[in-house]
Amino acid sequence: MFKLFFSLQWKAFFRSSNFGKSLALKLLMGFFAIYMMVSFAGLGAALFFILKKIYPDIDPMLTLSGYMLYWILIELFVRYFMQKLPVMDVRPMLINPIKKSSITHYILAKSGFSGYNFMALFMAVPFAVVLLSQGYPILNVLIWLFTIICIVLTINYTNFIINKSDKVLIVLGGLIAVLYGLENFGVLPVKEFAGKVFYSLYQNPILALIPLGLVLGTYFVNYNFLRKKLYLDASLKKKTKEAVTADLSWTKRFGDIAPFLQLDLKLIWRNKRTKMQVFISLAMILYGLIFYGMDAYGETSTIYLFVGIFMTGIFLSNFGQFIPAWDSEYYGMMMSQNIPLRKYLESKAGLIYVSVVVMFLLSIPYVYFGWKALAINFSSALYNLGVNVPVILFFGSMNKKRIDLGKSAIGNTQGISATQFLVMLPLMLVPCLIYFGLKMLISFEVAIAALTMMGIIGFAFRKPLLDRVTEAYRKKKYGMIAGFKEQNS
Amino acid sequence: MITTQNLTKKYGNQLVLNIEHLEIPKGQSFGLVGNNGAGKTTYFSLLLDLIQPTTGHIINNGVQVNTSEDWKPFTSSFIDESFLIGYLTPEEYFYFIGELRGENKADVDALLSNFEDLFHGEILNQKKFLRDLSKGNQKKAGIVASFIGNPEVIILDEPFANLDPTTQIRLKAIIKDLAARQGVTVLVSSHDLMHVTEVCERIVVLNKGEVVKDIQTSTETLKELENFFAGTPLSVDEE
Repeated sequence: MFKLFFSLQWKAFFRSSNFGKSLALKLLMGFFAIYMMVSFAGLGAALFFILKKIYPDIDPMLTLSGYMLYWILIELFVRYFMQKLPVMDVRPMLINPIKKSSITHYILAKSGFSGYNFMALFMAVPFAVVLLSQGYPILNVLIWLFTIICIVLTINYTNFIINKSDKVLIVLGGLIAVLYGLENFGVLPVKEFAGKVFYSLYQNPILALIPLGLVLGTYFVNYNFLRKKLYLDASLKKKTKEAVTADLSWTKRFGDIAPFLQLDLKLIWRNKRTKMQVFISLAMILYGLIFYGMDAYGETSTIYLFVGIFMTGIFLSNFGQFIPAWDSEYYGMMMSQNIPLRKYLESKAGLIYVSVVVMFLLSIPYVYFGWKALAINFSSALYNLGVNVPVILFFGSMNKKRIDLGKSAIGNTQGISATQFLVMLPLMLVPCLIYFGLKMLISFEVAIAALTMMGIIGFAFRKPLLDRVTEAYRKKKYGMIAGFKEQNS
Repeated sequence: MITTQNLTKKYGNQLVLNIEHLEIPKGQSFGLVGNNGAGKTTYFSLLLDLIQPTTGHIINNGVQVNTSEDWKPFTSSFIDESFLIGYLTPEEYFYFIGELRGENKADVDALLSNFEDLFHGEILNQKKFLRDLSKGNQKKAGIVASFIGNPEVIILDEPFANLDPTTQIRLKAIIKDLAARQGVTVLVSSHDLMHVTEVCERIVVLNKGEVVKDIQTSTETLKELENFFAGTPLSVDEE
């Protein structure tokens, strides 16, 4: 039975759609994963010396122990959002001659190998190695590592128990805040107290039985709960939300494009990934603070133009680069319906225009850093409106990768291909180069004026430009329909 | 109404569809039957200009479908669930399609009121998105949407699959009525020989992309078709 489950897991991993990605994307993601692992491991290895330097008189192990309570609570808090019990994959097994208890064990054991659990180990193992090299007793260090594993697994299984109610989340958040408050105002030395508790786990290997007991305990609470609810209408049910409809008749004033505008607004609001884009875009207005906060660049550095293009065009690039893949699920229908492609594109363009204007309005407070900041953001916004909107729509005609709207928003790379990286170049780099060149050769004012003019000219000629884009879509129609049909691209 | 001329579709070296000549007159209820991989969906996709023909063309009411888009206003279709927009409620979807076909909300509502028995209280006013409906109900919504806007040609791929018996019977009556009384050309494909013989005046059998039978439906048709399919080795490749 175990072998069977193992081979299933193996296939699920290697045949997952993530694996079918293009080589470039795989390399990029692999690089990113290795980077994360190395930085965690590096931090783990350096941690000993860092702690030693900050608190030279205290055993780094004791200092670390002081933070462990916070680590546990914060990890629980974060996991609440990120990690769900992987129950949906077992549906095909229910009707086969496999004992329900085996299925339950399978689900729970599988969750034990989740990536979240390895994160802490990437730090803990190098840390333990350093401990050994510093002459700490082998038995204690190894047992300590074991207790860390137990604690991680306890967090893992506790998360599934508490994941059922929002109240626990509030309690958790409150607890973290209260403990931190008590500590900070000197009411209760939480760190010292917790430090002693966790340090004793290291000192007395026999106490490792306690975290071990906790793992087993939480595991069996989960087991009992899940075993009883392994039915399609209980824990294996997909949750459906009640549909809330909004009155969008105000879009009528935009004339012909109204039905598409309504559709786009619903598309954005009713799907996780698109909704996330909106929030990310709004949050990115703060991006400029990182650069404006530093004095290193001077008032008119090219980096500020990049920031301006980025902030006012964030929705443009995030949403725009996947046009028309957002509609890929029903692209065949759209193409067989009586749809003027032109109106479809106009609606998307209109939506992006609005986003650019909104982002510019939000960026007005940057005038605090001088009128030049405002000028840069203003010309960036106009450049985005006039030049980047047609550019991104045009590149959209090269999209052939399907996007399933139902999939989650975090770390979702579906629909990404080399096109997406290519399109960033003209979008962000070209205006920066123009600005840099003109500013160096002539002056800041001329550079700004040039970009603004380009934007205005592009906007004035938006109709013929959009005609061109429409033609490109028409030519690529069959390729798009076929590409969007492929499920695992 | 619909003329198919020298139409072929090749994928690599594989010829998946080869129709020399096929004429479908206005107001005919036309049935397309065949095993998996016979080319039914391919033919419908070509009719809707969703794929490009390798050679030949289809002329729909005087409009060549792969060069002009003027066939779209009078042609409607439901191929599969991918024709639905999952994040809309059924009502919103109907109104959206209505708007594309130049009908306002009142027109659509009037049409929908004819199908209340078909919906069985499970589709309208359910506060559910289409993606959360059952397969059968999704299909009902898609089929009804294809009736919006007084189309002259309706193309339905496997309309009877996944439907409950009541709806099947009702749908058969609707299709017959559309063709006989309103002069709508209805193209239906099906695996169910009984249903097509009941509904369609004319049945064309496709096998490995070729038209092998073209029958005006009579009382013997079902028997004839059953004999034909019992004698043909089943092709195992999926569509």
